[in-house]
Amino acid sequence: MEDKETIEELKQPSSKKKEVVIHIKGLKKAFGEKEVLKNINLDVHRGENVVILGKSGTGKSVTIECIAGMLAPDEGEVKVFGDEVAGMTEKQLKELRTKIGFLFQSGALYDSMTVRENLEFPLKRVLKVRDQAEIDSRIEEALDGVGLMDAIEKMPSELSGGMRKRLGLARTLIVKPEIMLYDEPTTGLDPVTSREISQLILKMQKKYKTTSIIITHDMECAEITADRVVVMNDGEYIAEGSFEDIKRSKDEFVRSFF
Amino acid sequence: MAEQALSGWKKWLEGSGDQVIFLKGFFRNMFRGGFEWSEFVRQCYEIGYKSFTLVGVTAFIMGLVLALQLRPTLVSFGAESMLPRTLAISIIREIGPVITALICAGKIASGIGAELGSMKVTEQIDAMDVSGANPMQYLVVTRILATTFMVPLLTLLGDVIGLAGGFLAININGKVTLMLYYSKCIDSIGFSDLLPAFIKTIFFGFVIGFIGCYKGYNSNKGTESVGISANSAVVAASLWIFVIDAIVVQVSNIIIY
Ligand SMILES: Nc1ncnc2c1ncn2[C@@H]1O[C@H](COP(=O)(O)OP(=O)(O)OP(=O)(O)O)[C@@H](O)[C@H]1O
Ligand SMILES: [Mg+2]
Repeated sequence: MEDKETIEELKQPSSKKKEVVIHIKGLKKAFGEKEVLKNINLDVHRGENVVILGKSGTGKSVTIECIAGMLAPDEGEVKVFGDEVAGMTEKQLKELRTKIGFLFQSGALYDSMTVRENLEFPLKRVLKVRDQAEIDSRIEEALDGVGLMDAIEKMPSELSGGMRKRLGLARTLIVKPEIMLYDEPTTGLDPVTSREISQLILKMQKKYKTTSIIITHDMECAEITADRVVVMNDGEYIAEGSFEDIKRSKDEFVRSFF
Repeated sequence: MAEQALSGWKKWLEGSGDQVIFLKGFFRNMFRGGFEWSEFVRQCYEIGYKSFTLVGVTAFIMGLVLALQLRPTLVSFGAESMLPRTLAISIIREIGPVITALICAGKIASGIGAELGSMKVTEQIDAMDVSGANPMQYLVVTRILATTFMVPLLTLLGDVIGLAGGFLAININGKVTLMLYYSKCIDSIGFSDLLPAFIKTIFFGFVIGFIGCYKGYNSNKGTESVGISANSAVVAASLWIFVIDAIVVQVSNIIIY
């Protein structure tokens, strides 16, 4: 990790050389009276892992829901691959979503389907893979990655909390999306599994050049995966830099995470 | 009071608008290509096959009771031989379709409402949507078509079993054979009895699936909303069944006579 770089240095070369994949500017979002996002600005470059830290209920999930087009912003722009998400037709949005992987905080497993069917679903219906041999080998690869090979014929209700989390991760990663939005990938897992998941996120980045936003409260996960960390409080980003920068920050709020 | 009533109307209007949009979504996704055949067949099994017993038992008892109730009246007019004919017409025209549809509203519409509602609450529908799959096509189109297809079949089954129930009641005295009874029933039914009854069951089936899906798919997040979806699906579907019944009877009377 390039811990010597300051925030400025880190930003400069990347914005010149690397393509901006996700561009958020002046994003605002309110639910009724409650202003959740007040002014969010963020550029994520191709192949970069950005970790978002922040207290519960500050709008981290809302931010990535705006990126995936599940929520429409009240103000400001959210561009993915250079196109405004809010202005897309249904078809364009569908197209974009095949390139985005979204790991739900709750897992959102299809609970009427077995583990295998959960993984088959995106392969058959999003990537339209028809070849059963290819489907099987990809399922195997995905389950191996999260260590769930034994559970392949189980129903989600028969899995433990951590296993459910890992299955959710496998289901999202199986389509090898260009952008990954992880909503608390390691919450509720034991330290060993957490570390394995963090390594897996890192591996995805290296192997497939995946661009990722990772929301987490787990400092170890942040340390392992982050190229850049942004800290969020009260609807705004208040600090940004490499993990080491953030760790050395003087700001009391930022410090309280460590 | 007035304000409350006004906001109630506004909500109702908004709801109607949403339903029209949902209906449009259904038709668009039905003809989109990539029809989910295996899920459709599975839903037909879940929805249709698993309701056979319930519909059968209810229809049998209805037929039996109806025959027992009709009999004294017909006997007092000396028209006991009219019993099979009266039974056949009332069961096939009205009682079979409506009772079957109401039972299906209670069992199927609530089931769909609760199932899709809980999928909504646990973000499964969002997950399908955001992954680029098509939940309208996979979940909604298959279910609505399955009910549209299965409710008429269930009604047919209900009619036949209902008549069998009537036979049992008549045959307590053992005067008529089953063959004679059924042939008498069939003779007394005309095309003008069958066709409107059949058409109406198709609408019943559609409305059961549609309301169930709509209520479930649009349920709010939160556990209690699953119950609300299931409940309001039954209420709305039952109401629609009576409305459709009234309309179809009126229209077919105008056309046929
Ligand atoms: N669909 C919605 N409707 C209304 N309010 C919402 C909705 N989604 C989120 N909120 C509100 O927005 C705020 C931020 O929610 P969000 O889920 O983004 O928090 P978070 O930062 O992800 O927190 P956590 O770390 O606990 O997941 C919360 O106060 C929540 O009540
Ligand atoms: Mg969250």
